[in-house]
Amino acid sequence: MNSIVEQVVNGLQEQFGDAVEEVREFRDDVIVVLSRDVVVAAATWLRDNEDVPFPLCEDVFALDAFTRKKRFEVNYHFFSITKKVRIHLKVRVDEEDAVVPSITSVFPGAGWYEREAWDMIGVHFSGHPDLRRAYMPEDYEYHPLRKDFPMMGVPGSIPLPKRG
Amino acid sequence: MSDTTHSTTDFFDTPVVTSNLPPKEQRTQLLQALLDMDPDISFDDPLENDMILNMGPSHPATHGVLRILLRLDGETIVNAMPELGYLHRGYEKIAENETYHEFITHTDRLDYLQPLHNNVAYILAVEKLLGIEAPVRAQYIRTMLSELARISSHLVGFGVMAMDVGAMTLLLWCFREREKIHDIFDLVVGARFTTSFTRIGGIAQDITDEGLAAISAFLDQFPERLNEGERLLNRNRIFFDRCRNTGVISGEDALAIGLTGPNLRGSGIAMDLRRDNPYMVYDQLDFDVITETEGDSLARYYVRLAEMKESVKIVRQCIDKLPTGAVHAHEPKKVLPRKERIYTRMEELIHDFMIVNFGVNPPEGEVYHAVESAKGQLGFHIVSRGEGHPWRLKIRSPSFCNLQALPQLLKGHLLSDILAVLGSLDPVMGEADK
Repeated sequence: MNSIVEQVVNGLQEQFGDAVEEVREFRDDVIVVLSRDVVVAAATWLRDNEDVPFPLCEDVFALDAFTRKKRFEVNYHFFSITKKVRIHLKVRVDEEDAVVPSITSVFPGAGWYEREAWDMIGVHFSGHPDLRRAYMPEDYEYHPLRKDFPMMGVPGSIPLPKRG
Repeated sequence: MSDTTHSTTDFFDTPVVTSNLPPKEQRTQLLQALLDMDPDISFDDPLENDMILNMGPSHPATHGVLRILLRLDGETIVNAMPELGYLHRGYEKIAENETYHEFITHTDRLDYLQPLHNNVAYILAVEKLLGIEAPVRAQYIRTMLSELARISSHLVGFGVMAMDVGAMTLLLWCFREREKIHDIFDLVVGARFTTSFTRIGGIAQDITDEGLAAISAFLDQFPERLNEGERLLNRNRIFFDRCRNTGVISGEDALAIGLTGPNLRGSGIAMDLRRDNPYMVYDQLDFDVITETEGDSLARYYVRLAEMKESVKIVRQCIDKLPTGAVHAHEPKKVLPRKERIYTRMEELIHDFMIVNFGVNPPEGEVYHAVESAKGQLGFHIVSRGEGHPWRLKIRSPSFCNLQALPQLLKGHLLSDILAVLGSLDPVMGEADK
């Protein structure tokens, strides 16, 4: 692990203790798995960190782990412009309670990413100022990137104009 | 600003969403609020009221399918709300159902102004996942061609922005130059537009001397053609006045809202992944990261202009330094074998059969790889479960994130400034609305 990233990971562990559930590294990408209660605090800590500040939230997206007990995962990517390192956070939630606090108060730019994640996977972001769907119609019942959504779509879910 | 007197819900300023409700109820509530909105906008006194205006999705300057919902006070923009969702092709879903090789052709259709660069960005993420690297010659060719793709993308951004504010000639000149780049792609890649040039562990075919000569010939004449265009525009009072001080955003705000690429560098922040997080052979090349401090439409235009010149520098260095050697990594179970070997050898035939039918099987894990595309940071996050296709592939598309800044950039400007500001953001809806 890169020494700067290691420093950040240690900082997160010191700051949030047991809320840091796991640290994973694969091909130089470091993912810190957190409990969802601390995600806003962790984002704030990363942004305001004096040694290694992460001013850019590159992406927020969700994925459907499907076979795991906690079905949905929300990933966050942060980039430090001064130190040129990247760190990923990850939050896991149950299907019955798929709600994650929104980080838009810390990174306004996360607004659209969270809308996209809500639209496509169906993870709800509490405290989001404007959680409309990003692509699909507002009254659409499904979340197309879930694994149980069929590849060819649900017939009749978006009515087509009648012929002639 | 005048007070609004119509009775509709003010969905711009006070969002109807109260986020503490469970998703289902919240959706119903949101839908009801939208349905309750009074579509009748007849006022007692038309001059004393705000007006709602839909710009797009079929407006010639909204890049195909973008719709901007505007609240206007006279001609001043009180609020703007960009709306995506007229193109949705579900590329992330498609990726989950195709092998890693099959998805290469789909990356062409994301940012269709620079297909080759997208091919490179995607394949670098896949190679990172597999833990292999293409040989140096392939890396040089990839770098060279992706810089040409950057020039061709900037040419469109440059020309279209000029056209949006009324300068038509430059668009035609830019397309003339772009055609030359397409001719080069035709010669080197075999396709003018949808290139699909990269392969896992290498590229489709090696570059010939004829191809290199064509690139050199293009580079020799391009800077002069660019200067002609620059002279035409930089001394154009109308263009200058329409772009200066419109869509101003400070560096800090630009970072907070997630701008990347030339749009961020136009606000004075020197972030460029080619230098900050080097991939391929960028760490061996000499180039400058261009920044402008004003943060307005004109600054973003200057950044693109100067970046094209830097790209010319990079391509020249690549031609000079291009090493000899193979363009495919020696990884029989991951890299597609050459056709002539498939037809003559059993071993290669088996590998080809396995890769085509079952795909390459990367280990379980997650990787993220991002490149500096012409629009900004283009990243692919791949989650693998050891199967022949990605479990989840997330595209971090720069246009999607850049468009997010539009409301902030437009507030307080005039209606006619939208075109200059939108043109200077250079969005491509193919990747904004994946």
